[in-house]
Amino acid sequence: MPKDHGIGASSKRREDIRFLTGKGQYTDDINRPGQLYCHFLRSDVAHGRIAKLDTAAAAAMPGVVAIHTAQDLAAVGGVPCGWQVTDKNGEAMKEPKHPILAEGKVRHVGDPVAAILAESLEQAQDAAEAIELEIEELPAVVDMKAALSGESLVHDDVPGNLCFDWEFVQENKDAVAEAIAGAAHVTRLELVNNRLVANPMEPRAAIGEYDAARDEHTLWTTSQNPHVIRLLMGAFVLSIPEHKLRVVAPDVGGGFGSKIYHYAEEAYVTWAAKAVGRPVKWTASRSEAFLSDAQGRDHVTTIELALDAEHNFVALRCHTLANMGAYLSTFAPCIPTWLHGTLLAGNYRTPLIFTNVQAIFTNTVPVDAYRGAGRPEATFQLERVIDKAARELGLDPAELRRKNFIPPDAFPYQTPVAVQYDTGNYGATLDKALEMADAAGFAARKAESAARGKLRGFGLASYIEACGIAPSSLVGALGARAGLYEAATVRVNPTGSISVFTGSHSHGQGHETTFAQVVADMLGCDEGQVDIVHGDTNRVPFGMGTYGSRSLAVGGSAIVKSVEKIVAKAKKIAAHLLEAAEGDIQFADGQFTVAGTDNALGWGDVCLAAYVPHKYPIEELEPGLEETSFYDPANFTYPAGAYVCEVEVDPETGRVEVQNFVAADDFGNVVNPMIVEGQVHGGLAQGLGQALLENAVYDAEGQLASASYMDYAMPRAADFPSFAVDHSCVTPCTHNPLGVKGCGEAGAIGSPPALVNAVIDALSEHGVSHIDMPLTPTRVWEAIQAAKA
Amino acid sequence: MAQVSMTVNGKAVSGEVEGRTLLVEFLRTGLGLTGTHVGCDTSQCGACVVHIDGESVKACTVFAAAADGAEITTIEGMANADGTLSVLQQAFQDHHGLQCGFCTPGMVMSAADLLKTNPSPTEHEIRDWLEGNICRCTGYHNIVKAIQAAAATMSGQAQAAE
Repeated sequence: MPKDHGIGASSKRREDIRFLTGKGQYTDDINRPGQLYCHFLRSDVAHGRIAKLDTAAAAAMPGVVAIHTAQDLAAVGGVPCGWQVTDKNGEAMKEPKHPILAEGKVRHVGDPVAAILAESLEQAQDAAEAIELEIEELPAVVDMKAALSGESLVHDDVPGNLCFDWEFVQENKDAVAEAIAGAAHVTRLELVNNRLVANPMEPRAAIGEYDAARDEHTLWTTSQNPHVIRLLMGAFVLSIPEHKLRVVAPDVGGGFGSKIYHYAEEAYVTWAAKAVGRPVKWTASRSEAFLSDAQGRDHVTTIELALDAEHNFVALRCHTLANMGAYLSTFAPCIPTWLHGTLLAGNYRTPLIFTNVQAIFTNTVPVDAYRGAGRPEATFQLERVIDKAARELGLDPAELRRKNFIPPDAFPYQTPVAVQYDTGNYGATLDKALEMADAAGFAARKAESAARGKLRGFGLASYIEACGIAPSSLVGALGARAGLYEAATVRVNPTGSISVFTGSHSHGQGHETTFAQVVADMLGCDEGQVDIVHGDTNRVPFGMGTYGSRSLAVGGSAIVKSVEKIVAKAKKIAAHLLEAAEGDIQFADGQFTVAGTDNALGWGDVCLAAYVPHKYPIEELEPGLEETSFYDPANFTYPAGAYVCEVEVDPETGRVEVQNFVAADDFGNVVNPMIVEGQVHGGLAQGLGQALLENAVYDAEGQLASASYMDYAMPRAADFPSFAVDHSCVTPCTHNPLGVKGCGEAGAIGSPPALVNAVIDALSEHGVSHIDMPLTPTRVWEAIQAAKA
Repeated sequence: MAQVSMTVNGKAVSGEVEGRTLLVEFLRTGLGLTGTHVGCDTSQCGACVVHIDGESVKACTVFAAAADGAEITTIEGMANADGTLSVLQQAFQDHHGLQCGFCTPGMVMSAADLLKTNPSPTEHEIRDWLEGNICRCTGYHNIVKAIQAAAATMSGQAQAAE
C-alpha cells in the first residue's frame, strides 16, 4: 500500500496551485516603482576590436536616462570564475578577465558592449540602434583543433587559446600506455559530444534597486543559488558587503545549470540602480538567451578501451578537447575535469585509467554545466566504446557490461580515478531494465519491422553519476573556491507550526513539497503544518543552492540535522514539564511520552512552553525552538542505473523513431516517487533531445546559426513516446541520514548513449559503427549511404 | 497611441497602447496579469497562449490594438468561480504535469482548447496538438497523462449531467 503522507508518499505539489492559476511570481513579473528598463547593445560579430563607440546621439533620444560603456565601469571587477584547475605542469589555468561590458575587444556574438537605460523598453531598444559602434573584425576562433594553432587569439595573453592542459591520473599515464600496447583487444572511438543550449523556458531576468537612505542594494534575479551570486558579485565585482546586499531568486522557471552562474547583466543592473538612483530592470529575450546564457557540453574526444583475452577491461585512455567559449563561466573549468575524469570508471572495475583534457578558448558563448555536467560526457564515451567493443568481439553488450561491473559485494569501491563509490548494484538495474524492455521479444519485433522495410535497433547503457557536489574538503582540494555544504534553519513557531529556511533553491524540483514531507515524517505532523522558505538571502541561512542533484542529499540532510536538534531540545522541555528524566522521554507521532507510563504531552504543548516559558528549565535551556545546521557530507552520492532504448529507423529517409524507452534507476531511498519520476522524464527528454535533435551550430565566422526556436530543435511533445521508469532497485546511500542519492540528472546522462547504441544496432547490418549526435535524418541517411558505398 | 477596450476574464478593461504593443505585453504590463508568460520571440514556445473569443492564440502574435473588442481569457480566468482548480488544472496537479510552472499557463490554455474541440483525444492527438507548446521540464509524459485524465473526468461529468 503506497503511503499517503510523509517520506515515500506521492504528495501532490503545493507549489502547483500558484503556477496553475497564474499567480507564480517570476522575476519578470516583478515591477518596482520608478523602474527603468535596460537593454544591452551586443556585438554582432564574434571577434574584433572596438574601433568606435559613440553614444552621444543615442543618449539624446526620447526617454533615455543613461548609457554606460566599459569606461563607466572602470572601478568594477570582472565576472569571477569559481573553480581553479591546475594543469599537468602544476601551473594554474589561464584566467583572462571577463569584463561586465566589453573592454576594447568583443569576443563572441552577444558580448555586451553598451547598456541603455530608458523609461520604456522600446525607447531603450530604439536608442541602441542610434549608438555608433564600429568593430574591426579579427579572424574568429571557432574550431577547437584550429584554435590550438594560436593563429588568432581570443585573449591576447593566452597563447594557443589553451586555458589548461590537464592530465588525470597523471601517475597512471605510462602504465595505461603499457596496458593498451599489450592488450588482447583495443577498441578506439572518436566522438563529439554536441554543444547544447540549456533553454529553461523562463529567460534570465534581473532587477537592481538601491536604497540610498539605508545604503542597501537588492537584486531580484533568475538564479539557482542566490547566496552564491551575493558572494561572487558582492565580493569580487561590486565590493558590496553581504549585509548591504540582498539577493532574491523568486519563482524561477527552470535552470538546468544555466542559472547557477553569476552573469554580467545582474552585476550591471545592481551597479546601475545606484548610479542612476532608480530601479533597473532587464529581461532577456530568447534571442539574447541564446547569445548569453552559458551553453553546455561541446567536447571532442578520442577514447581507447583495452580488454584482455577474457574480455576484462584492463585500461582506458581518453583525450578530450573541451570548449570553454570566450570567457570562463563560474564553474566551467571543473566540468571537463573533476566532474568528468573522475567518472570514467563508470560502473566498471577498469583498473587503469588516464585522461588528458585540453580546455580551449573560442569566440563562442561561454560553456558551463548543463544537466549532468561532465558526467554525461564521461558516460557517453564510455558506454559507446563498450558497445563498439562488444560488436567488434561479437559479444552481447549486456554480457560484456555484466562481466565488468563492480560486483555488489565490492562496496565501498575505490575507483582508480579518485572517487570512492559507497554502494550500488549495477546488475540489478540492468536486469530490471532488460525485463521491462522485453529484451526477449526483440527478435520478433525486429522481424516485424523488417517486414515493413524498417530497421529496428535495441540499445542499452549503464551509468553512474556523482551527485551532491560535496564535501567541501574534497572539492576544495580539487580547486573549488567555495565550500559545498548546505544550510537549513528549522523554526518551530509557538503554536507548533514549522517554518523551514533552506539554502537549496527550487526552480521546478518541488522542494516545497518534498522537504515538507521529510519534516512532517520526522515530527509526526501534517505536511500542511510545514512551510518551506527559499530563495532570499535576507531570509535563509548562507546556502550553496541547487545543482548537481544535491538538494535532497545535501540540503535535505541539513534539514534533518536541524529537526534532530529540535527534537532533542523539545525532549528536554518535555522532561521538565512531565517531571521525568530526559532519558525516559520518547517522541513518536507528535507525542512526548515517559517510557513505561501513560504520561504524555502533545507537540503543541511543548512548543508553546518553549515560547511561554512559565514552567521551564530556564537555568539549563534557553527559551525558543529554532535550530540551524550546516551539513557537509562525507562523500558524493552515486546514483546509477541502466537504460534501454528501442528505435525504428527508416532507411529511405534516415528518420529515427523512438519506439520504447526504459529507465531503471537506483536513487537510493525516494521521498516522493511522483516527483522523482517527473525528474527522470524531464532528464530523458533532454538527453534524447541531445541525441536526436538539439545542436548549437556555429558557422566559420562564429555566428550561432541555431539561435532561435526556429533553428534550435527543442524536443516537442510528438518527438518521443511515454517513458517506462522504475526506481525499485534501491541501495541506500550509506553516508547521509535519508539514504538518498539524487535523481535530477540521471535521465540526461544515461539516455544519449542508449539511443545512439540502439541506432547503431539498427544500422549494424549496413556496417555503420558510429554517428555523431544529433542523429538527424540527414546524418543517419548519409551514414547508411557511406556504408553502402 | 491608441485606446483599446476588451473583455478580459469577464471584466471590461481599456488602456492606451502603441501600435507595436503586443497583446501579451498589454496583459502583463498594462493589466498586471502576469500569469501569461513570454518564453521566446519567434512565436514558437506557447507560454503566452490565451483564448481570444474562445480560441487558443499565442498572445505574442497579436497586437493589442487588433484585440480591440475581443473576449480574452487568460490563465487567471480558468479556475472555478469559487476559486478552486478547474478539472483541467486539477488534473495537471494530480498527474504532476508541471515542474517549474513557466510553460504551464500556455499548456493549460492550449489543452483547454483541445478538449473543447476534441473531448476524448488519443495520446497521439494530444502530442500533435501540443506542437506549439514547449516544455523543458516534464518531457511531456505527465502533461499528456494530465490531459487524458482531464478528458476522462470531463466526459464522466458530461455523461452524469445527461
